[in-house]
Amino acid sequence: MSAKDTSYAAVMARKNEIMKASLGIDFDDYMQSPIAFDYERMMRETGYSLDDIRRIQRETKVGDTPLFELRNLTEAVRRMAGPGKGATILVKDEAANASGSFKARRASISAYEAARKGYKGMIAATSGNYGAAVASQAAQRGLKCIVVQEVYDSRGVGQPEIVEKGRACEAYGAEVLKLTVGPELFYMLLRALEDTGFFNASLYTPFGIRGVETLGTEIAEQVRARYGKDPDAVMITHAGGGNLTGTARGLLAAGCDQTRIVACSVDLGGLHMASDHDFNRKSFTTGHTGFGVPFATWPDRVDVPRNAARSLRYMDEYHLVTQGEVFYITELLTKLEGLERGPAGNISLTAAVAVARQMDRDQIVVVQETEYTGAGKHHNSQLAFARENGVEVRRGDPKDNVPGKAIVIPVSLDQVWGKEQDMEKLRLSYLRNAAKVAAANTWSEADVAFLAADIKRDSAWVRQHMAGL
Amino acid sequence: MSKIEKGTWVEIEQVVLKPEERAPSVPEDTKQVPYVLRVSGFLLEAAELGAEVKIRTIIGRELSGVLRTVNPSYSHSFGTTVPELLTIGTEAEA
Repeated sequence: MSAKDTSYAAVMARKNEIMKASLGIDFDDYMQSPIAFDYERMMRETGYSLDDIRRIQRETKVGDTPLFELRNLTEAVRRMAGPGKGATILVKDEAANASGSFKARRASISAYEAARKGYKGMIAATSGNYGAAVASQAAQRGLKCIVVQEVYDSRGVGQPEIVEKGRACEAYGAEVLKLTVGPELFYMLLRALEDTGFFNASLYTPFGIRGVETLGTEIAEQVRARYGKDPDAVMITHAGGGNLTGTARGLLAAGCDQTRIVACSVDLGGLHMASDHDFNRKSFTTGHTGFGVPFATWPDRVDVPRNAARSLRYMDEYHLVTQGEVFYITELLTKLEGLERGPAGNISLTAAVAVARQMDRDQIVVVQETEYTGAGKHHNSQLAFARENGVEVRRGDPKDNVPGKAIVIPVSLDQVWGKEQDMEKLRLSYLRNAAKVAAANTWSEADVAFLAADIKRDSAWVRQHMAGL
Repeated sequence: MSKIEKGTWVEIEQVVLKPEERAPSVPEDTKQVPYVLRVSGFLLEAAELGAEVKIRTIIGRELSGVLRTVNPSYSHSFGTTVPELLTIGTEAEA
C-alpha cells in the first residue's frame, strides 16, 4: 500500500486526479456547463467504429451470440392472451459470450484500450457478472486484474450468487478484494487504482457502453434476416443503465428507430441498498430498482465524472416485476424451453411475458440477454438461501410479494403481469436532481436542450415543467 | 498451535475502516460495524492463524492482514430442495 493518507476523506479528495490517471480521458474536455456536456462527441472520440468494436470482440470470444425463438413459451402466452394477441418472444443467448454474460461486451473494449495504452492491468468495482467479464477479457489481453467486490454482511455471510461471481473472477486469474457491505466500495476502488496505476475498467466509461452497441446491431440484423422486419419491442434488464444505453444505441445505429425500448427491473422497494441487515434479504443482487431508479433519474452518481450510460435518453417504458415472478419464469424457461439460465438475466424475459400478451400475434418482442447459471447463481440456491435467512417463500398471487419478507411465486402464468412505472415521474425526478446541481432559473438554452435530449423529450417539455420543480 | 507453512494458499482479513472512520452516508446499522476486507494469496513467511502476515496475491501484489483461513475454498451449492419450484412447467397452465 502507498504511503499516502488512506483515510476515507483524504482518498475521496484525490478522486479526480486518480480518475484522470486511470482512464486517460479528460472529462473536462466535454463539459459545457455544470449541467450540459457533449455526450455524442465523448462517445465518438473513443475512436472506435462499430466495425472496429465487432472485430475487437471477435478476438476475445465476444458477440455473434444466437437468437432463439421461445416457441413453447410464446404458445403458452397465446393460450392465455386475448384473441389475436401474443407476440413472438425471442431471446438473445448472451450466456454464450466468454465468461457467460453480455458484460463481456462491456469489458472487451476497456481491455483492448488498456492494453493499447500500455497499462499493466485493469480494475473494476462490481459484485456482478461484470467482474468475471473483466477478468476473462484481461486474461486474454495479457493484463493483470483486480476485482473489488461487496460480498459479505458483518457476520461474514455472503449471498450464494455473489460468492459464485467472486469464484468466477478468481477462476479467470483475478485478485478479488472481498468486502463487507458499504458504499465505501468506491473508496476501495480508488485506493487500488492509486496503489497499482492500473486502468479503471469502470462500467460507465464510453468504452464500456460502446462495447454493448453490438448487442443492438446484432439483434437488428438477426431479426431482419429471419423475420424480414424490425423488432417491435426490445426488453432490457436495467440497473446502472449501460445495458439499455448500449443496446438502444446499437439498434438506432442499425436504423431501428420504431422499436420500443423497454427497461425492466425487479422491484426491491423498501430495502436499503447499503444496509448491513438488508444485504442478505435481497434475492437479486442486480437488475433491481435499488439501482435502476436512482441511476435513471441521475446517471452521474457513478465512479466517473460523466456517465456514458444515460438510460432515460433512450427509454420508452419501464416495467417492474417481482422476485417471485422472475423465479417462476426462470423455472418455466428451463422446463418449457430446455434452457437453464441464471435468474437475474431473466428479469427482462419476465416483463416480456407481460408485454407480449398485450401485443399482436404478428409482432416481435426480443429479450436481449441471458446469463450463465451454476451453483450459487441459480434460482434454487437463491430461494433456499432466502428461506434460511427468514424470508417466506410460497406459491400465490405475486401481488402479495414483499421485498425482503415474502417471495410469492405465481401459481400460473396468467398471474405474471409486473407493473409499469410512470415515465413522467422518472423524468421529473431527473429534472429535480439536475436542479440540485444548478437551480432551474439559471439553465441556459443549451442546458435545456441537453436535459431534454437526456430524457427523450423536447425543450418545450422541459420548459413547461421547470417552474414546478 | 503449529505454524502454517510459507507458500501456503491462505486468506487474510484486514479492517479497512473502523466504525468511526466509515463514510458519512452509511445507514445506522452499517455504521456500527467495521469495513472489512478479505483477500487470498500465498503466505510469505510461516505463521500461526491469527497472526499479522503478508501474502503475495495471484497477480503478485504484496498485501498484509490477519491470517484467517488456510486453503480457502468454495462450498456454495444449488441449495436445499425448494418444493415450490418442482411442479412449475408441469402444471396445466391457465
